[in-house]
Amino acid sequence: MKSLDGLRFRKRKTPIHRLDPRVKFLLICAIFALSIIFVDLMSITIIFLALVPLVLLAQVQGEWLRSLRASALLAAFIFVLNLIFVSDLYYALAMAFRFLVIVSSFSIFFLTTSPDDLGLALEQSHFPYEFSFAFTTAIRFVPELAKEAQIIVDAQRSRGLELEGGNILKRIRNYIPILIPLIVSAIRRSMELAEAMESRCFGAVKMRTSLHALKIRSMDYLVILMIVLVLAGSIYIRFYIHLL
Amino acid sequence: MIETHDVYYTYPNGFEALKGVSLAIETGEFVAIMGENGAGKTTLIKHFNGLMKPTRGSVVVDGRDTKKVTVATLSRDVGLVFQNPDHQLFSETVEDEIAFGLRNFGFDDKTIERRVDWALNLLNISQYRTTSPFILSGGERKRVALSSVLSWDPKIVVLDEPTIGQDYLQKERLRQFIMQLNTQGKTVVIVTHDVEFVADCKPRVVLMSKGRLLADGSSEKILTDDKLLEEASIIPPQVAQLFWQLKFNNAGREIIDVYEAAEILAREIRERMN
Ligand SMILES: Nc1ncnc2c1ncn2[C@@H]1O[C@H](COP(=O)(O)OP(=O)(O)OP(=O)(O)O)[C@@H](O)[C@H]1O
Ligand SMILES: [Mg+2]
Repeated sequence: MKSLDGLRFRKRKTPIHRLDPRVKFLLICAIFALSIIFVDLMSITIIFLALVPLVLLAQVQGEWLRSLRASALLAAFIFVLNLIFVSDLYYALAMAFRFLVIVSSFSIFFLTTSPDDLGLALEQSHFPYEFSFAFTTAIRFVPELAKEAQIIVDAQRSRGLELEGGNILKRIRNYIPILIPLIVSAIRRSMELAEAMESRCFGAVKMRTSLHALKIRSMDYLVILMIVLVLAGSIYIRFYIHLL
Repeated sequence: MIETHDVYYTYPNGFEALKGVSLAIETGEFVAIMGENGAGKTTLIKHFNGLMKPTRGSVVVDGRDTKKVTVATLSRDVGLVFQNPDHQLFSETVEDEIAFGLRNFGFDDKTIERRVDWALNLLNISQYRTTSPFILSGGERKRVALSSVLSWDPKIVVLDEPTIGQDYLQKERLRQFIMQLNTQGKTVVIVTHDVEFVADCKPRVVLMSKGRLLADGSSEKILTDDKLLEEASIIPPQVAQLFWQLKFNNAGREIIDVYEAAEILAREIRERMN
């Protein structure tokens, strides 16, 4: 459950944290797109390595490594599956790496973007307020949920539940005593939240104003420019020159 | 027997919740751990069945270092009941819920059936045998959680806040029940903020504050020590407060028991009337 820590926002003052959330989202989408465009090991490794300076710049290397470690098992699973069905070692490796790239980009995004900024970004992109509120609330609940999951795991282990060991089927069954209390409590909590919000007149005023407004700054334009150039370059290399 | 030797525990986020706790709980003892919110009580009892391993120091349960045995092995002997029943209830019926632990510990079907009956009776929830635990009231859910642990008859019973949400009658039942467990030779550890409950049960009291042990002694001694209690954010039992107000305690009396108090007061009144 500590793996979810790899997605939790930490307040820090770095250029990455200061990027406009919309631009940062674009950046993540671009990385995502790049890792889909390319299928060969070499390119995906380059994309992966290109993330390292980003991570260092954002000073989230510890959390990033943790999220990598947490996704290692799934990456290994992807590797094995591809190896079995495609039986191409390089391809299987590339697929596993691609998964890690996607995990990393998400991890960087959520680690460096405060939920408030995210909500603001949604609002300013003309999403309905209910939507952006639900979104930020969901993100805010993640650490709470992780904490709760840990307590539930503890409670069930105290009743003799062993999570490790056994075949796959048994392992999956082992999670039922964890998931049910977790889901029930999440539902109960959201009901309570809805009641608390209604008793505080949520949605009574249609026009909302924000104290802080997001502004795209020159740094953001620079990043957008870079994204466009890299994406265009990559598409050119991949589809027109057939270099790779 | 549970021994903690200079136990330190730091949460992954760097928060040091236990700062050198050394404590010995003998077999057959009845201990109440008290202290303010966030004192580290829950953190400490999670060390008793190995859910948490000390960052520094060691915890030894019946001669076994908790770092060297599995949680399941320890839990067979140390039954830990959590604060919030909603963190463990998941079965379709109360009886399945109680059987869960028994199945995990590998009891055979016959024994499971017998133990479930026994545990249902123990906490007066037999009428809910086939009910879903989710539709029960908070206090009832709490009792289901309790019986689901007691069902495998652990030698040491550790209860986190057992009295929360229990009405007077259930609390009294719980008290009698805990005393009964204790007379049967079980070690009982409760974590509680309920001073009156402790004053009624009179266990050994271990007072914690900010991750440290503040005091350790009989409930009479600890619960009448106003300085200590204030430090641990605990309101003294009403009987003790009454005696302070009456300036009765100057004789060094440590009284928290209602019956004892009534006797002394009655005697005093009789004397003054004559
Ligand atoms: N998972 C966690 N991560 C970080 N810190 C934690 C975690 N769980 C508890 N803490 C902190 O450790 C301290 C001790 O917590 P603990 O739950 O042991 O307190 P407690 O004495 O049981 O309090 P209460 O009376 O409220 O139940 C608290 O300050 C709490 O904030
Ligand atoms: Mg607690």
